[in-house]
Amino acid sequence: MESIQAILNNPYVFAALMALAPLLWILPYALFAIWFERKVSAHMQDRLGPMRTGGWHGWSQSIADLVKLLLKEDLIPAKSKHGLFMLAPYVVFVGSYAAYAVIPFTSAYVGSEINVGIFYFVAVSSLVVVGILMGAWSSNNKWSLFGAMRSAAQIVSYEIPGTLAILAVVMVVGSLSLQDIVRAQEGWFWNWFVFGKFPFLFIAFLIYFLCSLAEVNRTPFDIPEAESELVAGYHTEYSGMRFAMFYLAEYANMFAVSAVAVTLFFGGWQSPFGTFLSGPAWGVFWFLSKGMGFIFLQMWLRWTLPRLRVDQLMYVNWKVLMPFAFVNIIFVGLWMMIAQ
Amino acid sequence: MSEIRTEDMVINMGPQHPSTHGVLRLALTLNGEIVEDVVPHIGYLHRCFEKHCEAMTNYQQVVPYTDRMDYLTSMNNNFPWVLAIEKLLKIEVPERVAYIRVIMAELNRIASHLVAIGTYGNDIGATTPFLFCFRDREKILDLFEKTCGARLLYNYMRVGGLSHDLHKGFAEEARQFIKEFRPTIKELNGLLSYNKIFIERTARVGILPADVAINWGVTGPILRASGVKWDLRKNDTYSLYDRFQFDIPVGTDDVGVIGDCWNRYMLRMREMEESLKIIAQALDTLPEGDVKAAIPKRIRPDPGEVYVRTESPKGELGFYVISDGSATPFRVKARAPSFCNLGALPEFSRGVMVADLIANLGSIDIVLGEVDR
Repeated sequence: MESIQAILNNPYVFAALMALAPLLWILPYALFAIWFERKVSAHMQDRLGPMRTGGWHGWSQSIADLVKLLLKEDLIPAKSKHGLFMLAPYVVFVGSYAAYAVIPFTSAYVGSEINVGIFYFVAVSSLVVVGILMGAWSSNNKWSLFGAMRSAAQIVSYEIPGTLAILAVVMVVGSLSLQDIVRAQEGWFWNWFVFGKFPFLFIAFLIYFLCSLAEVNRTPFDIPEAESELVAGYHTEYSGMRFAMFYLAEYANMFAVSAVAVTLFFGGWQSPFGTFLSGPAWGVFWFLSKGMGFIFLQMWLRWTLPRLRVDQLMYVNWKVLMPFAFVNIIFVGLWMMIAQ
Repeated sequence: MSEIRTEDMVINMGPQHPSTHGVLRLALTLNGEIVEDVVPHIGYLHRCFEKHCEAMTNYQQVVPYTDRMDYLTSMNNNFPWVLAIEKLLKIEVPERVAYIRVIMAELNRIASHLVAIGTYGNDIGATTPFLFCFRDREKILDLFEKTCGARLLYNYMRVGGLSHDLHKGFAEEARQFIKEFRPTIKELNGLLSYNKIFIERTARVGILPADVAINWGVTGPILRASGVKWDLRKNDTYSLYDRFQFDIPVGTDDVGVIGDCWNRYMLRMREMEESLKIIAQALDTLPEGDVKAAIPKRIRPDPGEVYVRTESPKGELGFYVISDGSATPFRVKARAPSFCNLGALPEFSRGVMVADLIANLGSIDIVLGEVDR
């Protein structure tokens, strides 16, 4: 017993355990979200979706799929750059997983309480682009390369208005730490930033939400993997476990951006009803359910909207979101100056 | 500083590609995202239809082969074939037969347009309208199945008649379908046709001017979307089409410009409503009669030749048949609309972006079974 205590007291072991904790959420969440997405799309389209595997509404379909992908042969194209090809899916996943380090699941738990949390999130989630480019370049497929080029252009440019929208919140709170941002929204739901400094933070939320869709390649901004144009975009050549890693990264990323939207604008782990059902344990509940609400919103959009063209995508970013984000920041700044 | 050397990328699209609607191969020359040139390569589905016809033991046996040309519009493929042979034989069909043929052809036109619209939405990135279209197409297929037993390749029309009479209760079921289908068109319009993103993607894209369209022999919805009011059901009427009241929609410039992808798409929406009108009128005046009475036992037309063309959902479908007096045709030539329409693709796809090329290709609505025959 004492030896276990001693091991836990070792700061490195403790850090490793804390680093693994988000996996407890991501893995079951990804399995659930993939099943959920299939169900959501099916019911929107007058279908039933998976119904057989596991009995009740095909609940274990994702598990069966995962087992299938794990058992599949690890295909590597003969003319690919083998090392890069094998590494790329993990780089993508590392990018989205590292973002979880600063996400405050509850008042008592955050992977790493650093005071530049949101800055770290923006920076580390850009790693995904590197992985995508790596995988596409090394698979030696023109369609993949096409997808990666689009993806890089898209993610890099949408980061700018997204970050500007985040900046508006940071200006209001005066801190880059995500826990501080959540604590600043204490009380009932009208204290959430999405309703605060109306309408400027609401605009900031809209801009951030659109940019987050683009950042995780969801419809209407899913041009990097546009099925009808590029077959599957950057992961065309992948199969088996490596393909599953791309998938896992995509869903992990979806939740990461949703979590940041929740943290910045929807009170994070705060209960919507003041002190009612609040506390660290309920905090996890509120945080995850708000996050899943955003996941559902992303799915809803995906199964409703067509896809933009690559030049229209850039137009929306540079000529619509960017000016709005800048003007918004100026107004939030003015508000803060006047309020002082 | 020397200029950076750039090269066009030649990329192969298809024959296994989700948006080539079958086994079409496009050789694209790309400059970044811009399509410099596109060369369609066809023939992956060639089945020697015309040569097969000469090897049949009689004229009726060709009917199931026409089914397989444009497998989404089998009824419309049977139609010109039986009309051509009847013209060669100089026989008249009973009134009821002609009525049922028109009803079936128009129902099949709606089914075909639904696939065209659904897959087009899919090409643009919206998956849901595709499933909605297939849901409604299913109702038409159910009607066909009850009447002739088949859901895709009907083999329904015969020279001089039909293989089966309508099943009992067809008229009520068809009326029910019309009643249920009208709201669906509205739903599709809301979900796709007037969706801002969809309009952005298709309006003013891939404009095909009327004169170019005519030069390439383009027919059907694509020609009409370019502003040419040309529909064989009116302009060179056949069967009973002169008895029914319906309009021929043409391309408009209220959303995009005449001849763009949006118009080609929207024209099919409008044509479905016109088809509903024709079906409703035909159901109201459907006469009684025996649909098999006039089927000739032995078909040996006098030597001669005939060309009969009809308005299939994709355009002008015509059969040119030469008879040498024997029991089999001496020569058959099919004029397939998808083939001619595909020819115009490079004409309005040079200089567009890759995503627009997909939009252009989808708006032509080709079926490779008909392109290659």
